[in-house]
Amino acid sequence: MKRKIVSVLLCSAMVATMAMGCGGKEEPAEEAKDGGKDGGLIKVGIINNDPNESGFRTANDKDLKEMFTKENGYDASFAYSLKNDEQITAAQKFIQDGVDYLLLSAADTSGWDSVLKDAQDAGTRVVLFDRTIDADEELYEASIVSDMKKEGETAATWLKDQELSEYNIIHLQGVMGSAAQKGRSEALDVMAKEEGWNIVTQQTAEWNAEKAQQIVQSAIDAGQKFNVIYAENDDMAKGAVAALDKANMSHGVGKDVVIMGFDCNKWALEELLAQNWNYDGQCNPFQAKYIDEVIQKIEKGEEIEEKTIVMEEKGFDATTITQEDVDTYGI
Amino acid sequence: MKNITNKMRGKQIFIPIVALVLLALFNLIVDPSFYKVTMDVNSAGNPVLSGYLITILDYGSELAILAIGMTLVTAASGGQDISVGATVAIAGSVILRVLCGTNSRPETLQAPVIVAFLVACLAAMACGAFNGLLVAKFNIQPMIATLILFTAGRSIAAWINNNELPVISEESFGVYGGFIPGIPIPTPVFIMLICVLVTGLALKYTNLGLYTQAVGINASSSRLNGLNPAFIKFLAFVILGLCVAVVGLIKVSRLSSINYSVIAKDIEMDAILAVALGGNALSGGKFNMAASILGAYVIQFLTTTLYKFNVDSAALSAYKAVVVIALVVSSAPVVRKKFAGLAKKLKPQAKEVA
Repeated sequence: MKRKIVSVLLCSAMVATMAMGCGGKEEPAEEAKDGGKDGGLIKVGIINNDPNESGFRTANDKDLKEMFTKENGYDASFAYSLKNDEQITAAQKFIQDGVDYLLLSAADTSGWDSVLKDAQDAGTRVVLFDRTIDADEELYEASIVSDMKKEGETAATWLKDQELSEYNIIHLQGVMGSAAQKGRSEALDVMAKEEGWNIVTQQTAEWNAEKAQQIVQSAIDAGQKFNVIYAENDDMAKGAVAALDKANMSHGVGKDVVIMGFDCNKWALEELLAQNWNYDGQCNPFQAKYIDEVIQKIEKGEEIEEKTIVMEEKGFDATTITQEDVDTYGI
Repeated sequence: MKNITNKMRGKQIFIPIVALVLLALFNLIVDPSFYKVTMDVNSAGNPVLSGYLITILDYGSELAILAIGMTLVTAASGGQDISVGATVAIAGSVILRVLCGTNSRPETLQAPVIVAFLVACLAAMACGAFNGLLVAKFNIQPMIATLILFTAGRSIAAWINNNELPVISEESFGVYGGFIPGIPIPTPVFIMLICVLVTGLALKYTNLGLYTQAVGINASSSRLNGLNPAFIKFLAFVILGLCVAVVGLIKVSRLSSINYSVIAKDIEMDAILAVALGGNALSGGKFNMAASILGAYVIQFLTTTLYKFNVDSAALSAYKAVVVIALVVSSAPVVRKKFAGLAKKLKPQAKEVA
C-alpha cells in the first residue's frame, strides 16, 4: 500500500515538474487553430530556449513577442525548452497544427533532419534564429545568427586602438565549447599573437560572476600585473570588478585597468556610462526584425539570396556611449 | 607526536585533516608565497587582509555553512538534498525582491536588510519543509524528492523578480559578502563562526545530534524508543533551509545582484562532497559535524590551489576530479581498514572504529 502511494506521488511529482519545466509555458494550441479562420494572418510556431536562461534570452523572447502580434499580421504560438527532444516534439506538434512558418532556436545542433523533412512535406517553411543546426541548407529558408567571432574581432580591434603602452590581459572565458566562448576567445587569441600581447591568465569562469571574482582574486593574490580584463560576458566582468574593488585597483576610463564585457546588459551599459568600464560588445537579441523581413520577402514570392544572415552588432565605448544607447540597446 | 597521530587515526576527522595537510604541504613545497597574507586598503578606504588563505576562508565559509545543514540531512535521512543551489537562488531572489520593492534598480533600499533576510529565511525554510515533507511523510528518496526543486527552483527564483535583474547600488549591502568597515577579515568568516557556534551549542545542549543519528541508524527502533523519525528528518531539511538562506544573503551581497541560472551553480555537489570528505557515511547514521566543515574548506583549498596554478580551463574539472577521487577512495572504509591493518602490523593498534 505504502509503495503504491509513493509511486503515485512520484508520478505526480514528475508530472508537476514537467508542467513547471515546459508544459506550463507552452501556449495553448487552440489559439493557433482558431487563427486559421481569421484569414490573412500568417501562422507561426516559435520554438525558443527557456527565457529564464539568461538576460539575453529574456530580451530575445520579449522582442519576438512584440513583433509577432495580430496587429502585425501574425498568429503566433510559442514553445519553450532547453532540451532538444522536447523542442522536436513541439516542432512536430506545430507542423501538425499546420503553421505556415516554424521559427526555431535549437537547443542542440543535431537531430533535426527528419522533423525538418516533415516540415518540408507539410509545406511549412523553417527559419532558424540565433542558433544554427547541422542539417541540409535545403531544409530551411534562412538562418539568422550572431557572428561571435566578429564580435570578438570588433572588441579586439577596439582594444588595439586604445594603444596602451603594454598589454597584460586577464581573459575570462565562458563555458568551454559554447559558440560564444569559441568565437570571442579565438579573436582575442589571434590578436594577442599578432600584437605580442601578454595574456596573464586565461581561464573559464563559466559565465559565472562568482568564479570570475575568484580567478581575478587569485591573480591579484599572486601579485600578477595586469591592465586589461577581457570578460566574455557582463556577469564575469562584474565579478572581476568586484575583486578589483576589494584590492583597491582602479578601473574604467583613464584608470589602471581596462574592463571589457559582452552582451550589453542594461546595467553593464550603465557602468559604461559611469565610466567604470571601458567597453561592451553587443550580442544582438533583437532578431524579430530580421525574421519578419525574411517572412515578408517569402510572402511576396521573392528569393532569399543569402541563407545565412548575420546581424549587425555594435561595440560600445565608455567615452562615446549615450543614455539613448543604454535605453535602446540595453537588454 | 606519535601519540597524537595514534589517537587521531581512529577518528573520523583524521581524513579531512590529512587531506588539508597534504594540500598545504604541496603548496608549501611548490610555492611558499601561497601563504603570504598582506594588509591592503580597498577602494572604499577600509583596511582588508588579502592573500590566498583569506580567499579560502572567505569562499570556503559559504560551503561550510551549507555543509552543516547537509550533514544533518544526510545523517537523518540517509540521502542528500540536491536542490540547495536552486534554493540559494530562490533565497537570493527573495532578498533582492524585498530590498528592491517593485523597482529593479532602486536608489535606496526599500526595506531593512534584516527584514529581507528574515523573509528569505522563511522562503528557504519553506523550500526545506517541502523537501522534508516529501521525504519524511511520504518516504520518497531524498534525491528524488529534491529533484523537484532542483529542476524548478531557478525558474521560481526568476519568477519572484519578474525575470528582471535587480541591481542594488546601496554600498552598505555589500558588507555581508565583503568587509565590515574597519575590520580586515571578510564578513562571511564571521557569519560562518556564528553558524558553527549556534550549531555547536545546539548539538551540545539539545538532543538534536543524538536523535538525528538514532533516526539515521535505525528509524524503526528509534520510533520504538519514543522518537518521531518523520519529525527529525523534517527538521533536518528545515535547518538546511536556514543554512541556504544565510548562503543566499552572502552570495547576493557579494555582487549586489543575481544571475538566476548560474548563482550557486553546482554548489550542492560541493556540499555533498564536503560531507563525504568529512568521512560521514552518505547512507546516514553517525556524523561528525566538525569533519564536514573542515571538508568544506578542503574543497575550497583545492579550488583555490587550482586557480593559483593557472590550470588550463578545459582541464580544470579533470584535475579536481582526480584529487577528489583520490581523497574519497582513501577515505573509503575498505581502504581505511587496509591502512589500519598496515598500522597494526607495525604496531598493535588498540583503538579502531569500524
